[in-house]
Amino acid sequence: MEHSFTITGTTLTVHLPSEIDHHSSRQLCQETDRLIQRRNIRRILFDFHDVSFMDSSGIGMILGRYKTMRFLGGTVMAVNVGERMQRVLTLAGVYKVIDIYEGAPEQSRLL
Amino acid sequence: MQQNEMRLEFDSRSCNEAFARVTVAAFMTQLNPTLEEVADVKTAVSEAVTNAIIHGYEGRVEKITISCQIEGEYLLVEVIDKGKGIADVKRAMEPLFTTKAECDRAGMGFAFMEAFMDTLDVQSAPDCGTTVRMSKRIARTETGSPQSRSFPAVQL
Ligand SMILES: Nc1ncnc2c1ncn2[C@@H]1O[C@H](COP(=O)(O)OP(=O)(O)O)[C@@H](O)[C@H]1O
Ligand SMILES: [Mg+2]
Repeated sequence: MEHSFTITGTTLTVHLPSEIDHHSSRQLCQETDRLIQRRNIRRILFDFHDVSFMDSSGIGMILGRYKTMRFLGGTVMAVNVGERMQRVLTLAGVYKVIDIYEGAPEQSRLL
Repeated sequence: MQQNEMRLEFDSRSCNEAFARVTVAAFMTQLNPTLEEVADVKTAVSEAVTNAIIHGYEGRVEKITISCQIEGEYLLVEVIDKGKGIADVKRAMEPLFTTKAECDRAGMGFAFMEAFMDTLDVQSAPDCGTTVRMSKRIARTETGSPQSRSFPAVQL
């Protein structure tokens, strides 16, 4: 599964691909960064719905975008995060800087 | 005692990261692993192969070798590159340490290998390349229900 994007106001939802590694995250980073620049994005929602594999390249991808959002005064969150991906994100300490949801909270849908 | 071996040599192209981890996952199915054990090994292999590609060969297309052994309940995996090498292995293995922060590296690769495998050993020297040796015990619980262990664990 490939990635795709949805923009609602200043919120960018990144529908992540099924496998996130160094190979697949390169293009994902480039496209995400281009949208952040051009569309005045202040909130990024990483949607893990389709993700079955992620290594530390995915952690670098998320933290890199987090740094950009922090610089712009925005926020980042992760939704639809399954058990395995929760383990991977927790191990990397990502939950310390972004909110991680098992499902898709109402609030994030409304945006 | 169960014994088996395989060796794989491939180009250091990033499209081979998925190929490498899926191949090792396929090889380990004979140990009857759980889905979680397969995911652990795939992650660790992906980390080591990615490191060989971006740090070892720094984008040049050369050869990476993976050698796998099954010894009883143990899976042993070696990922070998003949690239740049590491001057200070201990420092490189510290969580968050990276020499490529500008490329969105999190410095978590070795930490992931350590967390997802039982043992990790890194042999490296500048200009001589790097060998990452990892092992994991794939424990068979004789009492465990067959369904819980015999998933077709490889996702191709
Ligand atoms: N195969 C390798 N060849 C040369 N240097 C390596 C290799 N593997 C790791 N390193 C060095 O160790 C550091 C830490 O690796 P790692 O924990 O995987 O983090 P990252 O890949 O995010 O930088 C790398 O930044 C690099 O300097
Ligand atoms: Mg790495």
